[in-house]
Amino acid sequence: MKKSYDIVVIGGGPAGLAAAVSAYDNGVKDVLILEREPRTGGILNQCIHNGFGLTRFKESLAGPEYAYKFAVEAEKRNIETLTQTTVLSISKDKKVTAINKENGVFTVEAKAVILAMGCRERSRGALNIAGSRPAGVFSAGTAQKYINVKGYMPGKEVVILGSGDIGLIMARRMTLEGAKVHAVAEIMPYSSGLKRNIVQCLDDFGIPLYLNHTVTEIRGDKRVTGVTISQVDQNKKPIKGTEKSFDCDTILFSVGLIPENELTKGMGVELSPRTKGAVVYQNRETSIEGVFACGNALQVHDLVDFVSEESELTGKSAAEYVLNGAKPRDTINCVQGKNINYVLPQKIDKNASGDVKLYFRVSNTFKNCTIKLECNGKELIKRVKRVAAPGEMETLLLKESLIKSLEGDVILSLEESV
Amino acid sequence: MKTVNLTCVECPMGCAIEVQLDGESVVSVVGNTCPRGLAYAKNEVVCPMRVLTTTVKSTDGRMVSVKTDNPIKKSNMFSLMQVINGITVTAPVKIGDIIMKNIEGDVNLVATDCLK
Repeated sequence: MKKSYDIVVIGGGPAGLAAAVSAYDNGVKDVLILEREPRTGGILNQCIHNGFGLTRFKESLAGPEYAYKFAVEAEKRNIETLTQTTVLSISKDKKVTAINKENGVFTVEAKAVILAMGCRERSRGALNIAGSRPAGVFSAGTAQKYINVKGYMPGKEVVILGSGDIGLIMARRMTLEGAKVHAVAEIMPYSSGLKRNIVQCLDDFGIPLYLNHTVTEIRGDKRVTGVTISQVDQNKKPIKGTEKSFDCDTILFSVGLIPENELTKGMGVELSPRTKGAVVYQNRETSIEGVFACGNALQVHDLVDFVSEESELTGKSAAEYVLNGAKPRDTINCVQGKNINYVLPQKIDKNASGDVKLYFRVSNTFKNCTIKLECNGKELIKRVKRVAAPGEMETLLLKESLIKSLEGDVILSLEESV
Repeated sequence: MKTVNLTCVECPMGCAIEVQLDGESVVSVVGNTCPRGLAYAKNEVVCPMRVLTTTVKSTDGRMVSVKTDNPIKKSNMFSLMQVINGITVTAPVKIGDIIMKNIEGDVNLVATDCLK
């Protein structure tokens, strides 16, 4: 390990690997990846189900197979990778302080930093559920690691709160391994999971999905013995008399993912309250020059294929910054309007070349709606969609010629059909 | 005559499809809005197929992920899980290694991860 590198990548998951390889291929070979786990690949290593890579490789891969394709590319280029290394802090002037067994606490300097830490599961604590704290309550991802990586079954009788994709995948996984999954309870009127997961993980096994339901009681002293779910009203308040009780020894939570940005916050990068990730330009550069962000640390993606795409763009941008330095910008904002949860990138540099792909999520489920992009009250793009849901990330391509012609901030909104 | 209700998984629309069956033969399909939905429904009611993904243990206690290299009959999933849970592999294992040949017909069980 050296004292300084052109680019230091924080995190060796799919985002970090793709960014590092792309930076290398775009002319910057002095790259270091810092990874907390014993191997690269990130969360994909425990995602043994298939369905990864359909967009990028036109085949249905298991998680470790997808990760391996990128790990091999990094190895071929001899990109230096330190595993079991935890980054403790990053300074504004891009000094990265980390710790591992061999080197203790150490600091490396970087010309550019790529933040690719991924995301974290929202926990029970974040939901304010009353009751005691018996064993047997897990996040879905923790249960996934126990079963798929460690080979332990966390329980036999299961209720799952939240219908995110990991929860759905774990309903199937635990059923196949002999557990009984009694129910999946979702507080929203729709599932945030992919349709194919509802069908192939729940319907295939006759597992009921209770929409508009939440957990109102967890029973048990040393170990969970049961759980009560109740229907909620429009204000998400439990309705008396709608309680359903299940005897179970295990509860899984699959209630959302949050980008992991303690390091980002610590170095003073501007964060978006909507994405919980950094505010970025189209090249994925944050509010600090030479600091870039990509993957689930930036925005929680549905598909790893899009993480790879975004991270390659980010690696290229970081390489361009190292080789050519910063250029003067002409910035406009990209703002979410009616019925849109967020748009990314939040800032567009008009001086930069190339088209810009906007990523966004809508705020509810809509049928036959219209997506509109406006600037100063003028409609620039209008696209009719048969269906849109918060669980499916949407994209909209802005042509370079359109960007050059913009004279102010752009607003993206969704109009319901009348 | 039998009626089967399905949710199409071909796109995010998630059409609710109703299939009328006379024994094994499809009499009518309603609710789909495109030809892909029609094809999905026809396959799904006659013989639903799934790729099975799970893990096998190795002699040193580690787990290695595996999948069937083609879809198997959905109705066979649990019996195959019993077979697979009886398998033990020995490292090294490479991605794509056949863990069990012809686990169903000419479908093989293959490794989806490496064990060094």
